[in-house]
Amino acid sequence: MELIRHAINFLSDPKILITIASLLLLASLKYPGKFYTNRTAFIVFGGMFLFLGLSVIDRNFRLIVTKPDNVPIVGMLFLVPFFTWFSLREAVRNDERAARGEPLIEQGETAEKVLSWPSLVYPELICMVLLTVLLIGWSIALKAPIEEPANPTASPNPAKAPWYFLGLQEMLVYFDPWLAGVVFPGLIIVGLGAIPYIDTNPQGNGYYTFRERKFAIGTFLFGFLILWILLVILGTFLRGPNWNFFGPYEYWDLHKLEALVNVNLSEYIWVKGLHMGLPTNPLIREGFGFLIILAYYLILPGIFARKWFREFYNNMGPIRYHVMMFLMLTMAALPAKMLLRWLFNLKYIVGIPEYFFNI
Amino acid sequence: MSNFVDRLKTALQALSPDNIGTYIQESQIYRSIFRVGVPDSDRKRMLVMLGSVFLHLHPVKVRKSGIRMRYTWCMGGITFFLFLVLTFTGLLLMFYYRPTLKYAYVDIVDLREQVPLGIMREIHRWGAHAMVIAVWLHMFRVFMTGSYKPPREFNWNVGVILLVLTLLLSFTGYLLPWDQLAIWAITVGSNMARATPFAGSEGPGAALLKLGDVSLVTSSSDARFGLLGGRFVGESALLRFYVLHCVGLPLVAGFLMAIHFWRIRRDGGISGPL
Repeated sequence: MELIRHAINFLSDPKILITIASLLLLASLKYPGKFYTNRTAFIVFGGMFLFLGLSVIDRNFRLIVTKPDNVPIVGMLFLVPFFTWFSLREAVRNDERAARGEPLIEQGETAEKVLSWPSLVYPELICMVLLTVLLIGWSIALKAPIEEPANPTASPNPAKAPWYFLGLQEMLVYFDPWLAGVVFPGLIIVGLGAIPYIDTNPQGNGYYTFRERKFAIGTFLFGFLILWILLVILGTFLRGPNWNFFGPYEYWDLHKLEALVNVNLSEYIWVKGLHMGLPTNPLIREGFGFLIILAYYLILPGIFARKWFREFYNNMGPIRYHVMMFLMLTMAALPAKMLLRWLFNLKYIVGIPEYFFNI
Repeated sequence: MSNFVDRLKTALQALSPDNIGTYIQESQIYRSIFRVGVPDSDRKRMLVMLGSVFLHLHPVKVRKSGIRMRYTWCMGGITFFLFLVLTFTGLLLMFYYRPTLKYAYVDIVDLREQVPLGIMREIHRWGAHAMVIAVWLHMFRVFMTGSYKPPREFNWNVGVILLVLTLLLSFTGYLLPWDQLAIWAITVGSNMARATPFAGSEGPGAALLKLGDVSLVTSSSDARFGLLGGRFVGESALLRFYVLHCVGLPLVAGFLMAIHFWRIRRDGGISGPL
């Protein structure tokens, strides 16, 4: 029992959790026909219910999961995987139909028009009634919490942002506030808005499919499931005092110490590599970092256009392609920085704290 | 006399359980409100959709594939319904709540302690959490069905802004109970504004904006100050968030929702394979 607990605590470490989740997503998209079936749904959701049911026995687990404000996030823990599985199963079914030359699930009924009253209005009414019942039941069962009155002099530990922003707060582990709190959220909004103008693939409009839009769906799922939902869940359930990591069965110890051993790239290069002192001029000191960032944004798109993304480049044209690459590379910067941190304890690629300019 | 009895009889007959429905439906009052009556024929089912301001959001006829629960998950509808629930419960809460340092917290405690069977704050809070999740799932569905593709690019963008507004509505509402959770969550959130490039006092580039020796972007003039109306989360932040939460953001959201729904119709209804 203790062993299982330790194993689960160990597996929930952000390094391992994010890596496993990413690999799992990748594997499921590689073999969607095998993964998005009713059987896997039984196994996955059965396993999740079992995990939740057994874990509630643990005091530390119960404390964090049954916090009233965390209840909807537990709900989300089931809803998001469910709808991911559901939509991809529909996609797999449609792709199989298309491969056999049969019409899509949606297609048979597209030409047919029905009267909104009652075909649309009744289901809507039922939906509203059910939702009202759910909300009232939920509200009777669970009181809205109210904590101690606001006290600007006593900051709680951990001080957490509202739950839907915890993915952004989790990014603060890897990036400074100007990126994690301002630039990246801004680019998420811009990037989402840009999707229809970047994605020139005319297929898969108005029906579930995976085969016709593998790249678009894969990218979106990675961003939505791993970089947003998973980070929200991590930030809610697994981050305790001082934003330290705590396993689901671990006690939130205020005095847990995490060694801060992160090193800047400039130190790696000048001190450890070249055995010199750090140059005093920050621009020279961070020269290598700047070069890496420039290369990342200026050289990679060209290489991709010539090698793996040649077809994209030809179909999209240079402007669309470069906007897409900029957004994609920015999105990839988060997992990239995560890996650098986990593997090399890298703190900043460019670190100029004098001007609050750290990357 | 017998004449009067006869008339009374007919009147009572009309009010008998068998006929009372028809009697009401044929009365002048009822007809003045519901022009069409019971939609028991296809013609009336069409007229009823056209005649009601609420129902005319929908077209008279819809593609059968578009309204399947398996296709839409009803997530957009759920989001809209939750918005209405939140507007209604929020309005009721406004009767009890005063956005000042002196009263804000006490009013919330009073709502809890003094209002028998009161669950409006609960519905408002849980509904708000649910709406955030529903918006995300709605976006997820629209993406997975490729419904952002032409001709719906613009409406996808309206949706993205509505998603951001939903988060902002929830964020501004978070502060109003004025408890420890509230001010520290908003403190953590709004501290980010301090790091805005050029516009935040601790953001990159802010140090470059100077007139002689005088810094233009300081903690009393940066983006965070503008957001909170002060250097920390205090009385003016509470008022700002209250006004935005109850009036500003819902107005903008309502405006954009009108565009969102209108454009669904203009862009060919709920998406489907061509």
